[in-house]
Amino acid sequence: MNYEAIRNEVQNIFREVADEPSVILKDETTADDVEGWDSLVHIQLLVAIESKFNISFSSEEIGGYNNIGAMCIGIQQKLSS
Amino acid sequence: MTFQELKKNLKKDFTSFPKMKVAVLGDSATQLLCIALRGQGFEAGLDIGVLEGDYDRIYETAIDPGNAIYSEDISYIFIVQSTEKLQKEFYSALNDQRGGFAEEKKKYFETLVATIGRYTKAKIIFFNFPEINDAVFGGFSSKTPFSFLHQLRKINVGMQDIATENKNVFIADILSASNAAGAAATRSAKWYITTQNVFQLDFLAAVAKTCTDMLAAFAGKFKKCLVLDLDNTMWGGIIGDDGIDHIQLGDLGIGKAFTQLQYWVKELKNRGVIIVVCSKNDEHTAKEVFEKHPDMILRTEDLSLFVANWSNKGDNIKYIQEVLNIGMDSLVFIDDNPFERNLVKMMHPEVTVPELPDDPADYLPFLQSLNLFETVSFTDEDTVRTKQYKEESQRVVMQQSFESVDEYLVSLQMEANIEGITSYNLGRCAQLTQRSNQFNLTTIRYSEGQLQHFIDEGGKALCISLKDKFGDYGLISLVLLEKKEEECLINTWIMSCRVLKRGVEELAVNEMVSRASAMGCSSLTGRYLPTPKNDMVKELYSTMGFGSANETDTKLHLTNFVPFKIHIKITNELRSDQE
Repeated sequence: MNYEAIRNEVQNIFREVADEPSVILKDETTADDVEGWDSLVHIQLLVAIESKFNISFSSEEIGGYNNIGAMCIGIQQKLSS
Repeated sequence: MTFQELKKNLKKDFTSFPKMKVAVLGDSATQLLCIALRGQGFEAGLDIGVLEGDYDRIYETAIDPGNAIYSEDISYIFIVQSTEKLQKEFYSALNDQRGGFAEEKKKYFETLVATIGRYTKAKIIFFNFPEINDAVFGGFSSKTPFSFLHQLRKINVGMQDIATENKNVFIADILSASNAAGAAATRSAKWYITTQNVFQLDFLAAVAKTCTDMLAAFAGKFKKCLVLDLDNTMWGGIIGDDGIDHIQLGDLGIGKAFTQLQYWVKELKNRGVIIVVCSKNDEHTAKEVFEKHPDMILRTEDLSLFVANWSNKGDNIKYIQEVLNIGMDSLVFIDDNPFERNLVKMMHPEVTVPELPDDPADYLPFLQSLNLFETVSFTDEDTVRTKQYKEESQRVVMQQSFESVDEYLVSLQMEANIEGITSYNLGRCAQLTQRSNQFNLTTIRYSEGQLQHFIDEGGKALCISLKDKFGDYGLISLVLLEKKEEECLINTWIMSCRVLKRGVEELAVNEMVSRASAMGCSSLTGRYLPTPKNDMVKELYSTMGFGSANETDTKLHLTNFVPFKIHIKITNELRSDQE
């Protein structure tokens, strides 16, 4: 799966769990930039990503990605390993 | 259901659902649970308003009389404690305290119950604890009181004891939900470590369902009757084709699957669920199995009604519902045949029709996983309900052969016993207020404690029991009277629909008038509060000689009242020491 596709999918998942159907996620986007991206949405987002991509985040990764780009790179690495 | 699906429910329309307010006090993060609870409420047809207490402040909240959890509209308080916190506490205890850890915990829970009980009549619902085996003692932990697992199990039993002893305390069985889901699906260490959320997101849906099953039962929504198909549902094969020697039961073929299912049905019957047969068969052929087959667990005396004919099952279900006189939504219909299931679903969407799996071996575990028969009370009367309904169906059949209603009523040789609230009937009276939906004029739900309070405040109760030549109905009607200066208000009037139109209504009015007059009142005020289910009593007060049916409150003046003629012998008169 290429990087763009992953980011697009993450955006779809985010729109669904946060109920923000028009939000645009860029590589540099962080939780602070998006209204409604609180700790509860964060849990739901990561759980939904785990299930969608059939991967598992470690406890360090759960709070460790600095922005969307870092998260998508993390997902890509997990998918290819 | 997944958590995400439940969350979507929050946007849906709850306006037609009954409202209830609950408080959630947790020692771990509970925001997601509160979302799941409201979302699962939608599935159960309940508009649940959730008040979330402060994080990890259970006792501090409980001892604060001004806290919002004590506002009047909160009817249920969930105490959500985690095994994780319990374990931490156990590890901090000194070695010589560990053997008594569970007992100390139990005392704390009792204090908590007493404290909350001081400020509210709301029901207290404790989450019990899913197990964590910390593997410190291995298999030896059962043998030593100094292990966490040993104390944890004792605590779960201790909570059960508290619930058994306190009418207002209930247990949400999260342990069973966790056992069903499996340990890996229940919790995940990484989420707890990073977010303080004890449970996996999707397990929260199961936790919330455990809660809403209880809340629905509290609200009077529960299943009273199990309707059973026979061929390939209660035994393997077709009785009309295979014959009594060849149907699969017991050790024949996969007979054990059906035998186990029958044992379960029998247990439900003993708990008070009404069991009814609805089968496409010749009645004689089908009944013979119940009478003669040595491996049948269910016998004809377990059944309240036996409907075996060739009419369509939708019509038969309607007939069953009418004879038993219970709500369509309190029926569960079990049939292996998808055609019959769909027909019943289409004709009666209120009936619960489980989609049975293909393999009969899976019928029982599947049905058990649905938790269809939630209840919030169990009294001695539940154990004899089958008999009562069986007698009732005999009465219905007999009624058809009498010329006049009066003649029929006289032939029943009815006897009524009228008393006030006593320690013996308090439970049954409270249950009547919780269960009755149809013949219920005001639909006010009372717990045992609230009922006692009503009496303590000077309210009067009439508890009417009835028997006739077919058998004993037990306590079938409850009236609560409240003196409002010159008027006597009928705060509550409930009657079991099983005894409709036998003169019990008239008897109740006669008695109410004499009570009201003894209370020094000059009139009796009837109140009708409409609900989706009590339409049948809309006109009751006007037919009983009260004022117009169009008003909420209608009056009957005592001076002009001529007692109704009834065919029920009153075997005792209410004595003042019983009030």
